[in-house]
Amino acid sequence: MKALARLYVALIIFFLYAPVLVMIFFSFNESSSVWVFTGFSFDWYTGLATDVTMLNALKHTLIVAVLSAVISTVLGTAAAVGITALRNKFSKKIIMSVTQIPMMNADIVTGISLMLLFIFIGKLLGLRESLGFLTVLTAHITFNLPYVILSVLPKLRQTDASLREAALDLGCTPLQAFFKVIMPAISTGIITGFIMAFTLSLDDFVISYFTCGHYQTLPIIIYNMTKKSVTPDTYALSTIIFACVFALLIMYNMLQTKSESKKAAKAQP
Amino acid sequence: MNKKSLGNKLITSPYIVWAAIFIVVPLVIMLYFAFTDPSGAFTAENLSHLGKYKKAFGLSILYAAIATVITLVLAYPMAYFMTKLKISSQRMLLLVVMLPMWMNFLIRTYSWITILANTGIINTLLGKFGIGPVKLMYTPGAVILGMVYDFIPYMILPIYSVMSKLDKSLLEAAEDLGSNSFTKFKRVILPLSRPGVISGITMVFVPSVSTFYISQKLGGNKTLLIGDAIEYLFNLGPDYYNVASALSMVLMVMILICMFIMNRFSDDDDGGVII
Amino acid sequence: MKNENIVELKGISVAFGGEKVLDDFNLEIKDKEFVTLLGPSGCGKTTTLRLIAGFLEPDGGDVIFEGRRINDLPGYKRHVNTIFQRYALFPHLNVYENVAFGLRIKKLPEKEIKAKVTEMLALVNLSGLEKRNIDTLSGGQQQRVAIARAIANHPRVLLLDEPLAALDLKLRKDMQKELKKMQEQLGITFIFVTHDQEEALTMSDRVVVMNNGKIQQVGTPQDIYNEPLNAFVADFIGESNIVDGKMLRDFYVEFSGQRFDCLDKGFEPDEPVDVVVRPEDVDIVAPDKGMLTGVVTSVAFLGVHYEIIVDIGGFKWMIQTTDEHFEGDRVGLYIEPDAIHIMKKSEYSGLYGDYSSYSEEIDHLSDADYGEEDGGE
Repeated sequence: MKALARLYVALIIFFLYAPVLVMIFFSFNESSSVWVFTGFSFDWYTGLATDVTMLNALKHTLIVAVLSAVISTVLGTAAAVGITALRNKFSKKIIMSVTQIPMMNADIVTGISLMLLFIFIGKLLGLRESLGFLTVLTAHITFNLPYVILSVLPKLRQTDASLREAALDLGCTPLQAFFKVIMPAISTGIITGFIMAFTLSLDDFVISYFTCGHYQTLPIIIYNMTKKSVTPDTYALSTIIFACVFALLIMYNMLQTKSESKKAAKAQP
Repeated sequence: MNKKSLGNKLITSPYIVWAAIFIVVPLVIMLYFAFTDPSGAFTAENLSHLGKYKKAFGLSILYAAIATVITLVLAYPMAYFMTKLKISSQRMLLLVVMLPMWMNFLIRTYSWITILANTGIINTLLGKFGIGPVKLMYTPGAVILGMVYDFIPYMILPIYSVMSKLDKSLLEAAEDLGSNSFTKFKRVILPLSRPGVISGITMVFVPSVSTFYISQKLGGNKTLLIGDAIEYLFNLGPDYYNVASALSMVLMVMILICMFIMNRFSDDDDGGVII
Repeated sequence: MKNENIVELKGISVAFGGEKVLDDFNLEIKDKEFVTLLGPSGCGKTTTLRLIAGFLEPDGGDVIFEGRRINDLPGYKRHVNTIFQRYALFPHLNVYENVAFGLRIKKLPEKEIKAKVTEMLALVNLSGLEKRNIDTLSGGQQQRVAIARAIANHPRVLLLDEPLAALDLKLRKDMQKELKKMQEQLGITFIFVTHDQEEALTMSDRVVVMNNGKIQQVGTPQDIYNEPLNAFVADFIGESNIVDGKMLRDFYVEFSGQRFDCLDKGFEPDEPVDVVVRPEDVDIVAPDKGMLTGVVTSVAFLGVHYEIIVDIGGFKWMIQTTDEHFEGDRVGLYIEPDAIHIMKKSEYSGLYGDYSSYSEEIDHLSDADYGEEDGGE
């Protein structure tokens, strides 16, 4: 039974990674085929370094990801604090329902509805190009916000309400109380929210597709590439991304185990 | 008390304004487009066009439903087995499951072509045994495979997280009361893991039913799903925004209805079937 | 004469969601006094504390501190500090930083902070634990950190919200003594909230018994115990047999079908009254020598004494005695005049003081909830 379970887990993992392995494998192909492996080379990787569109798209992706993650984290954390303090159950319910719309709705609907809004605003302002950097950034902030709010809210709920009062009691102004006491208590939620926002933004294709105009991000470039026949350079790019994410996750995991063992050690009297 | 609520308004209002402009207003605009023609006059004509897309709707729901069921069947044992491992291995495995999610899904989908194509890996292997080539690409099967593959982590993770938080003493209590491992599973683990299953189902079904990339790449031009139709119409230009909006509205309403039904399932506690 | 009240609450009313928590509430607290607000869950005692702390503004009435109205003065500007029910220590700071928190907010020089924190930790017997994390401390130690953190700020008034509720019995007794000593030593006014009557009686200079948002009685522990004003107070503080009676004339009362001499006066002739007799004040004698006779219906051995229930004409009396008796015994009761206490009839008459459902009452008391209180935010 145990062996069978292990086999099953192994099979699922194989299923998850088969395409990834294929991709990594063919990124080292000498020829431009993604079907027939003719020989080993790094050419596609070196080629990437000089591909201006690709590098630009990478830059765009990072700018949008960082900015949207920062803005949605600030806005979302403030909103979560406000929502927690709301006494009116009815307005709380409405705000929470609206907050969940972008998470629950199909990306394509979110993307299209935002596009229609941006075009409408563009027309109002008499712009020639309604879509671009600002619209894709706005769209990303919008779909990031619910994730930030929903990762901060439970932390706030777990935080003893008297912590804030204790801070006020000891002479903090409400603002000081937030930064000195509440923030540290909910920091894991804020960090989780930020990381989620950042990665969601990095990876988003559908919503960017409808809102980015000429400000193309990496997923858009990849989409355009896969529209034509794919060459190993796309695979090479994805392999690099994969390697970066892999390294980040390993680091994150190591940090976590380290801090946990530290905590465990501290708990020993 | 008044001062407190004033400060509260101050920190909540930026978000409320944001949510109103970028969540609510766009949907209202979409609704407006769905019920007007390109000149801006009100009409219900767009909805009458929907008949043309009946097949696309039907296929989308069918494929998404099949993909969701397969995903659930594959993911549930996976999540269950994961909880049986040592904590450190659990965390490792969790990372392993999450890692592909962090990769661009376009590429992940695309690399299946390399595996499934007539000249792809599977057919090359089969060819060595004198079989094939079997047509794997551009079939409904390939589209469903793509959906299962792309979204299976969204099923594994919520089920796993609910199961791993199950109170161990509940299982011990079940054993104490004379359950064998099968009844323990059926009477305790299955009902208690339902919230995870419900959220897994929504997280897989919604992107599956609205996808347009997977069907384009793995289904070729033959399988037109509703996402494809919407994307296609929007790309034709502003004259087609109205029909496309109407289609999006219907898609959204459909998803809402599905979610409503799912929530129904998660509300009653009499242990009925999940699907 | 100089007004020596440090805190005054005048005509306070507070309501949450239309439900009155405090209703025309008046209380004066003197400087350097140890005052306890005592009452069951939901009686408004924590709400009263929060009004003084500044976490809550009254809907009506005035909160006065040293003669100044401070209704709208925010909590962080008041010379009042609080010890919270679950301590509310900051989990991200160590012991030292927790105690230093208020001093840092005041921007005191580092040297002064260090001296003060060291002094405070010595006062609460926690020297040497400066660097410890909060979550590695025991409940008792956390309690001490909370005390050190609050008094480091030299508050004029210290508010304590059921601070000992989470400690086990032995630790609680020790802390009671220590807190009392600390209060006398530091000369700070303590306003202490508890639902534990014994705690209230041992520690306080004055006890304020509250129920349903109203003060039932204010007085020294002795007053409250010996001269309860109504059936609620008599029942809440200690054990009481409360029976219906009739004041025939001054110093002469009738209850349970018999007439008794007593020490109370000032009632109308034949006025209906509540009669309180404490279980320890009743002597058990032979049936023919008793002023009242009845049948023992239950006996419990509590170590110091027996607690027996005696049925007298359908009313169950509780009696504490060091002699052993058995269920079914017929016994006589002898009550001295000074054991009889007469109260005016009140809204609580008839609600308390009968021990017919005694065993259930014990169950009910044993799971007294210290967690939930007032629900005021």
